[in-house]
Amino acid sequence: MGDNSRTAKKLREKIGMSLEPVIFEVEKGAIRRFAEAVEDTNPLYTDDEYAGNTRYASIVSPPGFFGQPVKHNVGMETLLGMEVVLNLVGTPRSNVFNAGNDCEFFLPVRPDDILVGCPKLADIYEKSGRSGRMLFVVFEVTYKNQRDQVVAVMRHTIIL
Amino acid sequence: MAQLYYEDVAVGTEITPLVKHPTTDQLIRWMGVTGDVNRIHYDNEFALSAGWPGTIVHGSLKWQFLIQMLTDWIGHEGTIRKVNCQNRGMDLPGNTLICKGRVVNKYVEGEHHYLECEIYIDNHKGERTTSGKALIVILCRSSVTNADTATGTPAI
Repeated sequence: MGDNSRTAKKLREKIGMSLEPVIFEVEKGAIRRFAEAVEDTNPLYTDDEYAGNTRYASIVSPPGFFGQPVKHNVGMETLLGMEVVLNLVGTPRSNVFNAGNDCEFFLPVRPDDILVGCPKLADIYEKSGRSGRMLFVVFEVTYKNQRDQVVAVMRHTIIL
Repeated sequence: MAQLYYEDVAVGTEITPLVKHPTTDQLIRWMGVTGDVNRIHYDNEFALSAGWPGTIVHGSLKWQFLIQMLTDWIGHEGTIRKVNCQNRGMDLPGNTLICKGRVVNKYVEGEHHYLECEIYIDNHKGERTTSGKALIVILCRSSVTNADTATGTPAI
């Protein structure tokens, strides 16, 4: 518990710290695979003709899918620079619990969009739970498209 | 897909539930599309040794299930403006997950019609493992002609 407080203090100094931006490509095939993984058969994500007749006038990405990172296919934790935090704290990735997701959506995401995700360390707080004091770390990612428009702001909360 | 309109709902209206049966195969596909590859989701022995009750379903996949519940319910003319969830418990592959929710508020602000919803995931054991909220923008029947269909830009 003392460890957690020292860790929390170390991390609090980093609040607001921007982490490396990540570039995402949004491709039709990736949208289809994402929808399949969720087992979501909404034709808006896969059927050109159907989607073309909606207000979107094209296939769009399911809310929450922002494409695939250009550099290499790694999980959000790595993309968010979470490993920077885990190394600071000395917690192995296998101990991280996804406490929640929180997203505000502003614009649809379409095939051929290029998104830039700019992550930052947004908040650190502690709570008491069944297993003692828990450290909550919140990352915030702002996604902008190639027109420099904000398409979404996503917050990921993890428990260490 | 069916289209929901503002007039069709009242405070207390239940969202059409969505039932999911996540399997290890599904978690593997999820890891493939998200890059979120972590042994605790596919290696049972490793998950147990790391202190988990077994391989666990990704919290991010449960969030996506709730999003699907909402998009299925509102139809393509509706838009999710905000959605959040907190994972309070763990689910294992093989669990049955029932995504559900209800309208807790409806209001008009400016040109737009909003629904505020509470959303949940209950598993087959009756455990509420995930809960959250959503803010939806929805058309009302008289405003259908106001949607900007020419450019495909949503009304918000």
